[in-house]
Amino acid sequence: MSVLLIKQWNSLLENDWLVPVLLTLGFGLSFAIPEYNLFSVYVQLIMMYIGINIILAVSLNLVNGYMGEFSLAHAGFMAVGAYSSVLLTMKVLPVADYPLLFPCAVFIGGVVAALLGMIIAVPSFKVRGDYLAIITLAFLMIVKSMIENIDFMGGPRGIPGIMKLTTMPWVFFWTATLVWIVRNFVFSKYGRAVMAIREDEIASDLMSVDTKKVKFFAFMLSSFCAGIAGALFAHLLQFISPRIFDITKSTDILIMVYLGGIASLGGSILGATIYTVLLEILRPSTMAALLSWLPSFMFDPLQAHLITHLGTWRMVIMPLALIMVMLYWPRGVMGLREFRGFIPRAHKQAHHHN
Amino acid sequence: MTILIANKVGHKFGGLSAVTDFNLNLHYGELMGIIGPNGAGKTTVFNLITGVYQASEGSMRFKGIEIVGKRPNQIAALRIGRTFQNIRLFRELSVLDNVRIAHYAQANYGILEGLLHLGRYQKEEQRIINNSRYLLSIFKLEQVAGELAKNLPYGLQRRLEIARALAISPELLLLDEPAAGMNPHEIDQLMLLIQWIRQEFNLTILLIEHQMKLVMGICERIQVLDFGETLAVGTPDMIQNHSKVLEAYLGEVPGG
Ligand SMILES: Nc1ncnc2c1ncn2[C@@H]1O[C@H](COP(=O)(O)OP(=O)(O)OP(=O)(O)O)[C@@H](O)[C@H]1O
Ligand SMILES: [Mg+2]
Repeated sequence: MSVLLIKQWNSLLENDWLVPVLLTLGFGLSFAIPEYNLFSVYVQLIMMYIGINIILAVSLNLVNGYMGEFSLAHAGFMAVGAYSSVLLTMKVLPVADYPLLFPCAVFIGGVVAALLGMIIAVPSFKVRGDYLAIITLAFLMIVKSMIENIDFMGGPRGIPGIMKLTTMPWVFFWTATLVWIVRNFVFSKYGRAVMAIREDEIASDLMSVDTKKVKFFAFMLSSFCAGIAGALFAHLLQFISPRIFDITKSTDILIMVYLGGIASLGGSILGATIYTVLLEILRPSTMAALLSWLPSFMFDPLQAHLITHLGTWRMVIMPLALIMVMLYWPRGVMGLREFRGFIPRAHKQAHHHN
Repeated sequence: MTILIANKVGHKFGGLSAVTDFNLNLHYGELMGIIGPNGAGKTTVFNLITGVYQASEGSMRFKGIEIVGKRPNQIAALRIGRTFQNIRLFRELSVLDNVRIAHYAQANYGILEGLLHLGRYQKEEQRIINNSRYLLSIFKLEQVAGELAKNLPYGLQRRLEIARALAISPELLLLDEPAAGMNPHEIDQLMLLIQWIRQEFNLTILLIEHQMKLVMGICERIQVLDFGETLAVGTPDMIQNHSKVLEAYLGEVPGG
């Protein structure tokens, strides 16, 4: 009986129609949910954050997972995407009259981030590992202090009053498109080359891989995605400041990637979802709401201590969770494995799966 | 007709001259061996030809094209393939991917086609898969195509390295100690295999080997290195009776 079920489940996953059907369904839902308030506004907000975080995790996974480098710069690329798109929607483009200018602004945010991604790609030709990680960290700090010191970008106080242009269909559109593009990249000669570079850069060169070009493409695609995520994020939160895009933001993305699994798109989607939901559950208000059914002699002391100090606890619980994952699944939940539906038909037989 | 000419090539590591005044005239279709004691500079010669190190002196021409100063991937794309003395597979990738990766330069599609899976992408990827499977079948590796390279037994890893080197469609194949760690029976098989792929793929082969049986058995010409210098070049018979060689090299290998 259960064997039969597993068989059916597997054949469902193998089905070529699965992903297109899910996409159509999701796109439909992304319109229906806000239209008919199928979920509370709060849940809708979290769903949008999940989408944005999926983009970020997939983007970082390209560099940290597939290529085996360690980038701390992604909050910086996010900031670049966020600030450039916000400048466009607030000062340049008449978005209020022409709503379709919003995706243009988001796209340009991604392009500007991609151009800066080249700046990281160049040192990666010479240095690897820890040294490159330090360079990406320096990049993040430079971006942050530049924004802080430029007045028309709001300085350290940030930019309030951004229009709320990020809607659920847009989040769905960008998430699906970018995951698709990164997936295509991964399953092309460039993606294979990226993984070969992770394994042995010199051997890759000797097998005719143009490692410089491939690194260029990988860093640009990765920072492009992070820039798009930043643009969507800014127009959802409606406020940006340099502090939002500091090292903790980069760490958040790192956790999503390593939790879900390196070199796996399915893993990144999983990691981003789990992490976003966990963070929300660990908020005092959410926790209080979740536990409100407890009798008051239990709830009140909990409320007085744990729940109100959850912000601090969160800083303990999340890293602990990460340590546990690293101990038991050193490569994350789906490390180096892939969701079958993402693997192009011709590659299926070729793909290693454990 | 020469396919590869090296002219007075030299290379130093710090103060150490690993290779001095190295000359080579490799003919199209030839099977040539490089021998010499440990540290003689044999692997360094391969690294100079393939661009891993930049020759500090001299010039090398492959099919008439100067290759000193070119990047390793450019030299590989000119169709010089190689294996490594210490196996260097892409360990965490599948056997098939190891071979597919080496098709990089010949995969005739650009980044946009790659990002969108449009245009020449489908056709080229299918061609690469087919060719990779063909190469794996030659080396009896098709059964393990989906395994991670690191999980293969040593002998299969050696074979996979040759299959991967062939995936760049080389005209010149450099084999660095292909028989290392093999028993006499496996060496016999390897000798047949090398001669067979040479015919099948129209290869010129330059190989480094310590196993005299293999070198004397299949090489048409042999060049002997010692302390980075060339002691002798000639047919196996000439080398076996060369006094300097006997003194410097064969003397060290009892019964060699
Ligand atoms: N990257 C390097 N840096 C410094 N010295 C090196 C380097 N590579 C090789 N050498 C030195 O250059 C000399 C030649 O080394 P090479 O590896 O070419 O020898 P080989 O003939 O291949 O020896 P073996 O038979 O042991 O493989 C040796 O003295 C070696 O120590
Ligand atoms: Mg050697």
